[in-house]
Amino acid sequence: MSRIFVCIAHRNGVAEDTAAELVSAARAIDPSVAPTALVAGHGRDIDTVCESVRPLFAEVWKLGNEALSYPNAELMRQALVRALPPQSIVLVPHDHFGIDLSPGLAVKLNSAYVPDIVAIEGVEQNWLRVVRQEFGGQIHAHVRCDVSSGAVINVRPGAFKAEPARSVDGVIIDKSADIGTLTVRRRYLETIVAESGAVDITKHSVLVSVGRGMQEKDNIAIAEELAEALGAAVSCSRPVVDARWLEKSRQVGSSGKTVKPKVYLACGISGAFQHLAGIKGNPFLIAINKNPKAPIFQVADVGIVDDVLEFLPELTKKVQELRGVSAK
Amino acid sequence: MVGIYSPALLSDWLVPGKSLFLAIHIIGIVLFAYIVARRLVPLYRAQADPRFDQPLARLKNVGKYWFGQWKHPRYPFAGVMHILIFAGFLLLATRAFTLLIVGVSPNFVMPGLSGKTGHLYNVVTDYAATVVFLCMVVAVVRRVVFKPARFGKSHTADAVFLLGLIAVLMLADSFFAASEAAGRARIDESMQLAFLSLPWLLRVGFSSTSLAALWVINVTAYLVHAVTFYFLLCYRPFGIQFHVETSLFSVYFAKLERGTVKPVRWDVPEDHLDQVKSFGVKKFEDFTWKQILDFYSCADCGRCADKCPANAAGRPLAPRFLTIKARDYAFEHYPVFGKANNSNPLVGTIYSEDEIWSCTTCGACEEECPLLVEYIDKIVDLRRGLIDSGTVPQSLQKPLKALESRGNPYGKMEKKRADWTRTAEFQQDCTVKVLDQKTHADVLYFVDSVTSYDNRMQSVARATSRILSKTGTDFGVLGPTEADSGHEVRRFGEEMLFQALRDHNVEAIQNAGVKRIVTSDPHAYNALKHDYRDLPPVEHISQVIAKELKAGSIQLGPREVDGKFYTYHDPCYLGRHNQVYEDPRTVLDAIPGLKRVEMKRSRDRSFCCGGGGLMLFYEPKEEQRMGVLRVRMAADAGANVIVTACPFCMTNIEDAIKVGGLEGQMSVIDLAELVDQCMVVPVREAEHEIAAVGD
Amino acid sequence: MEILVCVKRVPDTSENEIELNAAGNDIERDELVYSINEPDNYAVEEALQIRDRVGGNVTVVTVGSEDDEEVLRRQLAMGANQAFLLYDEAFEGSDGRGIATILKEFVLKGHYDLILTGVQADDGAAQVGGMLAAMLDYPFASLVNSIEVDSSKLRIGREIEGGNREISEIDLPCVLSIQTGINEPRYVGMRGIRQVASVPIATFGTGELNVDEALVGAGAAKVKRVDYFVPVLGKSAEILSGSREANAEKVLELIAAKGGLK
Repeated sequence: MSRIFVCIAHRNGVAEDTAAELVSAARAIDPSVAPTALVAGHGRDIDTVCESVRPLFAEVWKLGNEALSYPNAELMRQALVRALPPQSIVLVPHDHFGIDLSPGLAVKLNSAYVPDIVAIEGVEQNWLRVVRQEFGGQIHAHVRCDVSSGAVINVRPGAFKAEPARSVDGVIIDKSADIGTLTVRRRYLETIVAESGAVDITKHSVLVSVGRGMQEKDNIAIAEELAEALGAAVSCSRPVVDARWLEKSRQVGSSGKTVKPKVYLACGISGAFQHLAGIKGNPFLIAINKNPKAPIFQVADVGIVDDVLEFLPELTKKVQELRGVSAK
Repeated sequence: MVGIYSPALLSDWLVPGKSLFLAIHIIGIVLFAYIVARRLVPLYRAQADPRFDQPLARLKNVGKYWFGQWKHPRYPFAGVMHILIFAGFLLLATRAFTLLIVGVSPNFVMPGLSGKTGHLYNVVTDYAATVVFLCMVVAVVRRVVFKPARFGKSHTADAVFLLGLIAVLMLADSFFAASEAAGRARIDESMQLAFLSLPWLLRVGFSSTSLAALWVINVTAYLVHAVTFYFLLCYRPFGIQFHVETSLFSVYFAKLERGTVKPVRWDVPEDHLDQVKSFGVKKFEDFTWKQILDFYSCADCGRCADKCPANAAGRPLAPRFLTIKARDYAFEHYPVFGKANNSNPLVGTIYSEDEIWSCTTCGACEEECPLLVEYIDKIVDLRRGLIDSGTVPQSLQKPLKALESRGNPYGKMEKKRADWTRTAEFQQDCTVKVLDQKTHADVLYFVDSVTSYDNRMQSVARATSRILSKTGTDFGVLGPTEADSGHEVRRFGEEMLFQALRDHNVEAIQNAGVKRIVTSDPHAYNALKHDYRDLPPVEHISQVIAKELKAGSIQLGPREVDGKFYTYHDPCYLGRHNQVYEDPRTVLDAIPGLKRVEMKRSRDRSFCCGGGGLMLFYEPKEEQRMGVLRVRMAADAGANVIVTACPFCMTNIEDAIKVGGLEGQMSVIDLAELVDQCMVVPVREAEHEIAAVGD
Repeated sequence: MEILVCVKRVPDTSENEIELNAAGNDIERDELVYSINEPDNYAVEEALQIRDRVGGNVTVVTVGSEDDEEVLRRQLAMGANQAFLLYDEAFEGSDGRGIATILKEFVLKGHYDLILTGVQADDGAAQVGGMLAAMLDYPFASLVNSIEVDSSKLRIGREIEGGNREISEIDLPCVLSIQTGINEPRYVGMRGIRQVASVPIATFGTGELNVDEALVGAGAAKVKRVDYFVPVLGKSAEILSGSREANAEKVLELIAAKGGLK
């Protein structure tokens, strides 16, 4: 079995949750061996990260280089290509960085590439069997991948449960020297932080979240009424922002905000993973959608198959009755 | 030279009277002809528009709307004033010409107006001049002091200037007559003036004026009259007063065929449309000559904008500004003095995209305009231009694509179009045939997209079916082979998609071999009746019910009154565009115990609910929803139930009740649903059933 | 600027229901309608806007079969200057890498300053753009939501977490994968499509492209889909049955129980 590497995503000296999740994925591929961590970056931060992930990995490879102080996938890729042994299996989280890094990495390593997997079934004679989703999560597919010359595998964040720390007590190895000089053809300039907008959805413990199922901009008012009655805020999925029904600051998802509410009402939201990726902390998730096959029902705690435009006003009425507020 | 002579005989000024006035005539006429010729230039460059057919029908329109001022009394105060002014002008025309000619040919008398007739004519016109003068005063006061809302921010200074000039004209005429009469009185010749008319009153004032002074006044008044007359004649084409000349033509050439939209190019048949380089109106010369004539003819009275629901809702559209801006563009780019300069695209310069997409094509503007200026065709042409250049709001692109691929704006599957017929409860009362080449029926119930797919509207489809079934009608639906009627697709400018939908539907309808078509959707009704060709006769369900009521094959049982007052909301495409006002009311009034009230804006003044078809998907910039305004009108009329006969009205009004916070105070029901609930099986049929059981 | 946009024709998923077919080996395709992959449409619009700003040409290309020509035509109607179909029996069954290989040979036949793809398509793989860049050895950026042209470089924005935007400078020639929402694509009407109905679309196969057949097609694919399936629902939502009013009451109870009422 080829060696399994895990790309550690980290920020400000802290490894992200995906690190532990990818260890579980690695174990699903080869239970006998603990994987090797790849920590790239610069300065004291990566030392802290390397130290913090040691309990999960047999080896922790530190790839330090000034050019890598900002996570630039183009440069990362060059560094990895130089540092990795042939036929490696590399696990990467499928987020905005993984999408940027991995396809090209697989080509440069001359390995196979499987993106956005949600489950691993095992390896059989050099073919790794995994599960993916297609058509926005409407259907699943079994996929097999020839890993005989290695593979780059992007894993969906949250698909695997974080591996509890096993105190593997790995060794930190400094592989910085392997990097050499990196050719910069894409230069990072700055990050423009999203406007916080009038409402900070990350600060609310109850969210009434709307999706395409609201059908038109004017119907958002129905959700706003419910939110007002509940003392909650209105958030949304990406298509609502694309259609310009709500501002970007309201978007929950991998390209929007990450929220950690207590209660999350998903109204007319299908449940595409990019949206779900923005919901953390395992809130009580109530889904209302008129399509009984919507993927959201697989992750919700409670589901109502109904027209959101009819159900929400009913719910608002009940809340208002409870609060002793007469319906306007 | 003392005495009152014809001004032609004036000899103690620089130039002899005859020559002076002849010169004024020549300059005035030549200048006017030149100005008109220059104004006609853009019409030559514009697109073709065949308006020379059916002269009798056109003359009838002229009689009714131009001569008869038919639309004017819709605004009573201004309307009556205008009728007086118009009548005055017509009457005074001959007098004015006579007066002008007298300056050159001193003893000229208009043929037919000598002796007693002439005298009577003079009396009448004395009063006419007085009335016109008074109307001018009232009009100026109204403009300046009372400032009616519908004039808005229009050109008050210019309007007052012109009104003032007409007043001056009347005064000059009156001074001339008064001074002549006073002068003649001095030499013991009598000249009758109408009692208490303006000339008469002025003559009283001249009772002690010397003959010499009277002569000066006389000639001066004459000069003022001539100069003002020609000034007005030449000035009118530079502003809204041009309607004085163009109104006759704008009415004569007005559109005869109601309900439908003009083809992309009148001079290009449908099968040659692929060769047309550019669709729709993008630059000014893409308009037709009649449309440009409309721009010239607008009197900027603001009646269209006053009744426009989009304007009332605060959308960036006011019909009069569409016209005035185009007129100003024409004046600027095709000046009378100077060279015509290059054409720019109109949208993005004088028009905004939102302005063009805001129109629901309700037709209120066209219904009001006394000059029969047309709006809907222009909006459609402008939209065709926008569609052709790809500038379409994203909110409209999705339903358009869905219409192309699935035949309905929701993108739902064709096979589900008749699912509404298959609910368990419904199938117990009523079986609906799906028509195709093998299954025929007498009547086609054309359901159209919203009624087929929208959960709320499906109950209207079921109600309509039950009504048809209970009247023993042999009917069916097209089901999966029915595509959207394309009514709004056409009016939103996607002409080729409309043609594809239309051709598809015509084939399906012909395959079904039906003799009549019934629909519960006024937009479909209008499309099938006016936009489609070669179809069997089309009726709206309200017309069918009214007929059946009259024939006694439907009876309506009483409705529990419980304090409910019903009001009927006229859908634009059933009412105003197709003039079906009475049948739905007859039906409602046939329900025993039903109390009905009428809204102020009803029948041809009905207020659009917000629009149908693609308009449901468009996100307008507005201050209020049109539907909310309408629901408040119903409340103001004392109603608590609104009856509609259109699925889009239903959708918009239901939404408006929620958004307007009137839930619990106002409800809405479709006419077909109401009739379905009240329908009683006629006694004859019941006897039949008993007889059958008895066997 | 010479711009190439790689596009894909996919089932329209907004109202289409994606279901397993009777045989269980593919999705039910009988009543699907197809259209251009939405992110690709944004990419073409972006290419057209760049061309209209700085001059040049926009070419669209797809790897597929005759059925895919309709999508190429639509993009021609939108304003692209030319379109190519890359088709050969040998290409069938290619995995993402195979597709990228075919596209690479097409790119090398011409001369392009900028290559755009949509960020991802119906399979959610988001891979062809990145692979193509690596094969051509061009710099790459994904999830691009803004592009400014500055002579031989581009200033681009990438969509990253939290709705933030990462601004970078990238050398030309390069490959970018475009995220939806970058612009407002123009409308393509029926008329536009009819006007390009007879514009020739060149088809290139192994004869015209220098493709090594060993690297493409089903045989070379290292990643293969075995089947589609609908997973047996494990822990999924408790679906409330009952009237709308009863459901609303229950939901309110649950919200209150979870501390959601202040």
